[in-house]
Amino acid sequence: MRRQRRLTTFFICLLLGASMGAHAGPAEDRKALIEYYKQQLPDIKFENYNMGALAMNRDAMDQYDSIMTFPPFVLDVDVGRVIWEKPFKNAKHFSDCFPDGGKNIAGNYPYFDNASGKVVTFENAINACLKANGEAELKYDSREIGLVTAYAKSLSDGMKVNVKVSGPGALAAYEKGKQFYYGRRGQLNFSCSICHIDNVGKFTRSEQLSMMIGQAAHWPEFREGTELLTLQGRFRQCNKNTRSVPLEFNSEEYNNLEYFLTYMSNGLPMQTPVFRK
Amino acid sequence: MQKKSVLLLSLIAGLGITNMVSAADVAMDGRKIAFDRTKGNCLSCHGIPNDPKAESTGNIGPPFIMMKERYPDRAKLRAQIWDSTQANPRTAMPPFGKHRILTEQEIDQVVEYVQSL
Ligand code: HEC
Ligand code: HEC
Repeated sequence: MRRQRRLTTFFICLLLGASMGAHAGPAEDRKALIEYYKQQLPDIKFENYNMGALAMNRDAMDQYDSIMTFPPFVLDVDVGRVIWEKPFKNAKHFSDCFPDGGKNIAGNYPYFDNASGKVVTFENAINACLKANGEAELKYDSREIGLVTAYAKSLSDGMKVNVKVSGPGALAAYEKGKQFYYGRRGQLNFSCSICHIDNVGKFTRSEQLSMMIGQAAHWPEFREGTELLTLQGRFRQCNKNTRSVPLEFNSEEYNNLEYFLTYMSNGLPMQTPVFRK
Repeated sequence: MQKKSVLLLSLIAGLGITNMVSAADVAMDGRKIAFDRTKGNCLSCHGIPNDPKAESTGNIGPPFIMMKERYPDRAKLRAQIWDSTQANPRTAMPPFGKHRILTEQEIDQVVEYVQSL
């Protein structure tokens, strides 16, 4: 009797496991999360998720709109344009490294490169272009790489995020990014998901917590007008703010995290570059 | 005139509660720790409706009200602060004792403050 019950339980678990195995995957993760956010934030339309915390606050949104009519960072982006347009020593340009001169392509990044077995971020592609043309690569924590990507991504403004996860290597990188996102770390024992999923829309002090979907669609951003911040720079800030050790820019962990996070923003239009508080 | 009577009153009150002063002092130390962003930073998640100085508080956790009534057992309150993951493994609240975010003494002080609310 007892044994039979145990056996039944075993089979139920097996079945459950199998059905979860069959369903779980990036597309299902994303769908489930969108459903969750719809319930938590019934007043916010999916199309506005890329506005993050701004979409939750009328006044903040008005302030954003007024700042964006004369963005204080136009001169910075123009410096980025100069870097982008300056010919290499071999007379080629950044635009030669990308299809269609770099227009409407940034939403395809990061992608998983099967040959190297690694995630390739947009910044990696910029540096690969420099290297292929015999130029010195840019440091991942430099203002220069932020400025040139700010301009380069402005050529993809409005393009929908379109990150693909296909094949076992890509899936493994996605899973690692996901594990990082849900994993607790540091003295304060936080995970990214505690703030941006479990407590979305709530306040920590006077900061309202944005939804994770949409967070990856608008980088780099200019905070308080002209303070340039890249997505991985923001990872570092959230890590530091919660007293866990920030990782290096372009570390495999952060690149996988960026891959996972950007996949989750699929379907939302990129807004580049933008002001944020 | 009015000022004088207030002074007098508080003097009398002060005389009456001399032996309670230490508990109140401990609570005030606890308050400081609860407010301090580098220490308890409880205000980032908890509102304190009865403390007018508790400004721009978050709302991730429930507000501190009627704590003595709701936590008559001091040990239970202390345990919640020492390791919140015991009661709720998925909690957002940091385990202040277990992860040595606060010292044992600081936790006692915070407990005193929270119980006074
Ligand atoms: C204790 C809370 C907390 C934790 C943990 C946390 N964040 Fe944040 N995060 C915030 C707050 C507050 C902001 C600023 C308000 C907002 O936009 O949500 C923010 C902003 C962000 C933004 C920028 C949003 C935007 O649109 O500008 C990103 C991206 C982000 N966090 C990612 C992460 C990642 C990745 C992790 C984990 C490594 C993480 N966060 C962990 C609180 C947190
Ligand atoms: C990052 C968020 C966060 C911080 C910081 C935080 N808490 Fe909490 N706290 C919570 C949440 C969420 C709960 C609700 C129960 C749960 O999920 O564990 C809670 C519950 C409690 C409770 C039980 C309340 C009740 O009504 O039952 C007490 C007491 C408490 N916290 C005290 C503190 C103290 C004292 C501090 C600071 C030293 C603190 N908390 C810091 C999030 C937080």
